[in-house]
Amino acid sequence: MTALPQSTEKKLGLVIDLDTCVGCQACVTACKGWNDGGIGLSDQDPYGADPSGTFLNRVHSYQVAIPDAPAQVVTFPRSCLHCDNAPCVTVCPTGASYKRAEDGIVLVNEDACIGCGLCAWACPYGAREMDADQGVMKKCTLCVDRIYNETLPEEDREPACVRTCPTNARHFGDLADPDSAVSQLVASRGGYDLMPDMGTRPTNKYLPPRKKGPGTASPLAPLLDIKASGIAGWLDRMLGKI
Amino acid sequence: MHPAASVILFSTLSGLGFGFLAFLGWGALAPSGWVAFFLWALGYGLAVAGLLASTFHLGNPKNALKAFTQWRTSWLSREAWASVVTLVLLAPVALSDIFGLVLPRVIGQVGGTLALLTVFTTAMIYTQIKAVPRWHHWLTPVMFLSFALAGGAMLSGRVVAPVLLVAVGAVLWAVWRVGDGAFARAGQTMGTATGLDRLGVPSVLDPAHTAGNYLKREMIFVVGRKHAAKLRKIALVLASIAPALVLLFQLGVWGIALAAVLHLAGALAARWLFFAEAEHVVGLYYGARG
Repeated sequence: MTALPQSTEKKLGLVIDLDTCVGCQACVTACKGWNDGGIGLSDQDPYGADPSGTFLNRVHSYQVAIPDAPAQVVTFPRSCLHCDNAPCVTVCPTGASYKRAEDGIVLVNEDACIGCGLCAWACPYGAREMDADQGVMKKCTLCVDRIYNETLPEEDREPACVRTCPTNARHFGDLADPDSAVSQLVASRGGYDLMPDMGTRPTNKYLPPRKKGPGTASPLAPLLDIKASGIAGWLDRMLGKI
Repeated sequence: MHPAASVILFSTLSGLGFGFLAFLGWGALAPSGWVAFFLWALGYGLAVAGLLASTFHLGNPKNALKAFTQWRTSWLSREAWASVVTLVLLAPVALSDIFGLVLPRVIGQVGGTLALLTVFTTAMIYTQIKAVPRWHHWLTPVMFLSFALAGGAMLSGRVVAPVLLVAVGAVLWAVWRVGDGAFARAGQTMGTATGLDRLGVPSVLDPAHTAGNYLKREMIFVVGRKHAAKLRKIALVLASIAPALVLLFQLGVWGIALAAVLHLAGALAARWLFFAEAEHVVGLYYGARG
């Protein structure tokens, strides 16, 4: 059913730390790698002149102009936020798009999807991409086939992006439980929602980059101001006059 | 948004078709024999051709029947129901007109009203999407319904048709006037999309991917907007003013045919703009929204 559950027992989701993310794209690769198994995420012309493909996770990079402080580079992973009030679910005409009552994960039943693309239109975050080969919608599953998979060693029972992140910028857990590690992290670091005015009530939270200290001038700066003297200086003046 | 030919054709043709079916159902014409056959076939033809065109933009149309299941929440599912119920309910009315049976007109009136309801459900598919501020406004269903009513009145030769066609023009003007400020009024920026507004003013440093993807092709359509102002004038003249003037000359069936061709061309231009000019907030992540 594409009606949203009244409430979910758990709210499994990700907490992404923009302070420690270095934009290495390992999460993008790990996500593609894990989810490419089975039916897969297709690519079009992957080794050709105009490559394109289906990804469930993309990492953007921004420069932020900060008043009275040096500009800062922020790398920004973007994937499904598993919203409480997921607009992508209610618009689905077939019931392929649904939110699980037990853990809040938003999934697509590809066997029922007609590939109309309306769910991708409804999502403000660009979390859904249509697979051009299969004609059905793809999205982050929160690695539902890993997190409950008892054939995997316990340390691997978390989303592939979280497991692979070399800087520990990605955290997975239950955001409905105020005592969980992820909820504590959100509380202590001021975790926030993306575009809260859209009314989607995302589960995933982002931790803002920490305030950096004031910028200091490089000790080598005086050496950069090179002035030619002697013969070079004379040449410089002469050539400048020609 | 990407102006897909299938969706533009679908919403324009089926809108005109259901608008005409509404007038036929209400008994605006009361035709009989071959004339009735031709008129009903035109209404059904437009509506069904539009619905068929819409299936071409489905990635996986073999599941199309499943689209009838989620009418409780999904406007697209409601549209599927409304269109099929309308077409089924009006079929005996059409036969009654063609063969001169005396079926109670009330069935036609219910069917005709459902035809307009179908157009409303189509409009709501777009109106409901908050992520596209230009569409998320009550003027969107008003625009779709005004096209259906004016088109239906025009094809059934109502005296009121020129007035309704001029009303379409007024609604289009209002849609553009209100729509141009909609994205700014929604208040979403790259800062709110990333939450980096709490730090400063963000701008794109490097693109997330150098190649294209579904999001950029489908929702971050920017080509052709420089022609938008010109196309607006063309749409306004062809969809509204020109057919209204042609109808005023009262040239009979050929006058209506000429007005219909002009109106349809204008409606297609207006519908192309409806998609091409619609800005999705996901463009903010890519720095494509100013």
